[in-house]
Amino acid sequence: MPLRETAPKLDPEQYERNFADIKPAMSPRQAAIEATRCLYCFDAPCTIACPTHIDVPVFIKKISTENLRGSARVILTANILGESCGRVCPTEVLCEGACVMHEKGQAPIEIGRLQRYAVDYVRERKIQLFRSGASNGRRVACIGAGPASLACATELAKWGYEVTVLDANELPGGLSTYGIAAYKTRAADSIREVDMIRDLGVTFRQKVQVGRDIAFADLEKQFDGIFIGVGLGETGELKLPGEDLQGVYGAMEFIEKTKIEPFPQIEIGRRVACIGAGNTAIDVVTAARRLGAEVVYLIYRRGPQDASAFEYELELAKKDSVVFLWQTQPVGILGREGVVTGLECVRTSLGPGDGKRRRTPEPVSGTEFTLEVDMVVRAVGQKPVTEFLKGVKGLELNPNATVRINDRHQTGNPKYFAGGDCTNGGKEVVDAVAEGMTAARGLDTWLGSPLGGQSSNEPARDVAR
Amino acid sequence: MADLNVKFAGITSPNPFWLASGPPTNTAGQVMRAFDAGWGGAVWKTIGEPIVNTSSRYGGIDLNGAKLMGFNNIELISDRPIEVNFREIYEVKRRHPKNLVIASLMVESKRESWHAMVRRAEDAGSDALELNFGCPHGMSERGMGSAVGQVPEYTEMITSWVKEATRIPVIVKLTPNVTDITRIALAAERGGADAVSLMNTINSLMGVDLETFAPQPSVAGKSSHGGYCGPAVKPVALHLVASVAKKLRIPISGIGGIGLWNDAAEFMALGASTVQVCTAAMHYGFRIVEDMIDGLSQYMDDHGFRSIEDFRGRAVANVRDWGDLDLNYKIIAEIHSELCIGCQLCYVACEDGAHQCIAPYDVASNGKKNVHGMDVHVPRILDEECVGCNLCALVCPVEDCITMREVNTGMPPMTWNERVRQQSASCAPPMPSGN
Repeated sequence: MPLRETAPKLDPEQYERNFADIKPAMSPRQAAIEATRCLYCFDAPCTIACPTHIDVPVFIKKISTENLRGSARVILTANILGESCGRVCPTEVLCEGACVMHEKGQAPIEIGRLQRYAVDYVRERKIQLFRSGASNGRRVACIGAGPASLACATELAKWGYEVTVLDANELPGGLSTYGIAAYKTRAADSIREVDMIRDLGVTFRQKVQVGRDIAFADLEKQFDGIFIGVGLGETGELKLPGEDLQGVYGAMEFIEKTKIEPFPQIEIGRRVACIGAGNTAIDVVTAARRLGAEVVYLIYRRGPQDASAFEYELELAKKDSVVFLWQTQPVGILGREGVVTGLECVRTSLGPGDGKRRRTPEPVSGTEFTLEVDMVVRAVGQKPVTEFLKGVKGLELNPNATVRINDRHQTGNPKYFAGGDCTNGGKEVVDAVAEGMTAARGLDTWLGSPLGGQSSNEPARDVAR
Repeated sequence: MADLNVKFAGITSPNPFWLASGPPTNTAGQVMRAFDAGWGGAVWKTIGEPIVNTSSRYGGIDLNGAKLMGFNNIELISDRPIEVNFREIYEVKRRHPKNLVIASLMVESKRESWHAMVRRAEDAGSDALELNFGCPHGMSERGMGSAVGQVPEYTEMITSWVKEATRIPVIVKLTPNVTDITRIALAAERGGADAVSLMNTINSLMGVDLETFAPQPSVAGKSSHGGYCGPAVKPVALHLVASVAKKLRIPISGIGGIGLWNDAAEFMALGASTVQVCTAAMHYGFRIVEDMIDGLSQYMDDHGFRSIEDFRGRAVANVRDWGDLDLNYKIIAEIHSELCIGCQLCYVACEDGAHQCIAPYDVASNGKKNVHGMDVHVPRILDEECVGCNLCALVCPVEDCITMREVNTGMPPMTWNERVRQQSASCAPPMPSGN
């Protein structure tokens, strides 16, 4: 990767320390102490706040009684990606944000870490909690192997459907594998979760792009129902001069490198500018610092109050000594011999606004300045995969290019259901899981609940291997 | 400044805090350290023919991470020779003449054996004797301990034997493992006891290891019933002390789950002159007495009590038969929503476990938000339904969030007994049959 100047390599062990789990695993003692702190609320706010409505007090109570298998069953029944969610969920705005302990003037229960603790227990012991249901003779395809598809496939497999997941990437897992900061979850964690779903009899076909490698018409012939969980696509452009220079990256492309390549092999500029202030931008700037970049700028044309990143995420970047340039707008990327050398910026002032929408930033003339940088990362949101979606006959799109669905997550083409980022425009893993599960129920109902469908979903007894 | 000196059955203790007979009073070294820490007296670990102990000996019950809510032991009396114990008592009294050393004794149930032992204890310089008629395990099977204390006649007889042979005060330690402790206490008084101490430990089995099926505490996979004590037993001890206080004229030394000055003061309010502590000292060491002295002094100063006699027994008359309680007194619960954290434990407790007098949170009922702008689920007391049972206030995890307030029923006080009397007076006598 030709960059003008790359940051010096770190000690190999330093990379591992820098990307160590930000929510580390709990020891049995820590988990026991934390679990006994839980008040076992009735109609608990944490459960209500969780998009998949995991019965949090119940699974925590089971940890305190050392019934970890039962605890994991509660979690994974509600959310098959319970381990991922324990690691990556923005718990401070979901379950932990709703915890009654805040009102008691105490730290909320560490629900995310307890969740991971219980799921780790069954995974490490290879305890299989669920089995596929007796075959109902119906076949469903899930396009995409991200959280929404995985959740949908799991539910359907448990009810006796023959499920095939078709995914364009080399590895399954979608954003959990490729697109979330490595200190939250590693690709291997996500792939292990996929293996658990594979054990339910779900077939995974990787590097298959529907519409190119297999025609939609063929798919429709082979399967009784189809779920679309393709997420979003590439990072949007800045539309600035110099954007095609070497050293300019999209956020997803950059994060993917940190997930797939060994850390020491990743070239990182000495000075890195990231444009945008969402949660993805935080993943970029923290990863850049942890890979050894000396100065990392986070550039945003509005102020911190308008940043879409969660407060907790902004704190992470602050702790990593990221330089925040608020009310700063990039106007051009400078280069020499085709390689990035700098970023031209201008300060902005925020217009008066109407009290409803965010105030519009206006460049302030005379405040132009140039940052000397070796790398520029665009983190201004992912583009929808409109071309792909156009391949599905009868599919309707919303004005923001998300897939239009009804409350059962059925699309304009009744054979197709959809969920996750491609329908919600980009939310959390846990939202995708909830939507995938809703779509599975929708599909099952639409297909007439063969053999009783979801109603026959008796919780499977454990099969210890 | 409060005076903590206590006169007890003719002897004076610098304060009412004694170590109970048990592992903390096994040796002179321990007892002297305890006196240095501030304990007013020590009841020596029971002296008798030396025994052999098992390993292990103690079991504990924890609750939600809090250790030793309850404690038990299958340890027997002193495993050291009788003469060593008496020599050490002599030594301790020589160095700490103002502190009380009370010899706890257990001897086979023969008059001459008791006479011999009592004289040796007195010769060693003991300030008083405590007769261990309460130990529920090990010794009782050999006809000692609670085997004596469970039979009023034995208790009276042996107490009288002891009184024949000594001039120093005799305290009889009572076991709770009886149907009516006052019968035993009265027997001790008839036998000439100068005081009673209670309660000894409660018969117990601490648990079962569900992997090995070994009862706890396990001795090579087996166990035996032991004596239960610790904070969990305090309510039982308070009840027994109050019952005895109502019937006896001789002083009481209170024992059972005492670890704090407040515990001690409660025993005193129910009639105890001194208190004895064991489990708390085993848990935290002798240093706990410092706050017991300091806290009790402060409490007495705050209430204008110059001596323990000023408040001792004040609550005894308030302990009544159920039939003497006012049925027209009414309280109801009140949720202070500004303190409510929204756990709704009060709701589910009342709904499932009590009298269905609380309405659950409903979105329209309140607008309380937490720091993240999320709804706080404040439930609501149904004033008309509330029976004033206390359960919601007891389960609420927030101090003072649910309080009970008195409501005027507009009716004069009326007890069950009064009601029964009134009804029988107003009813016509039954018609004679055969008219």
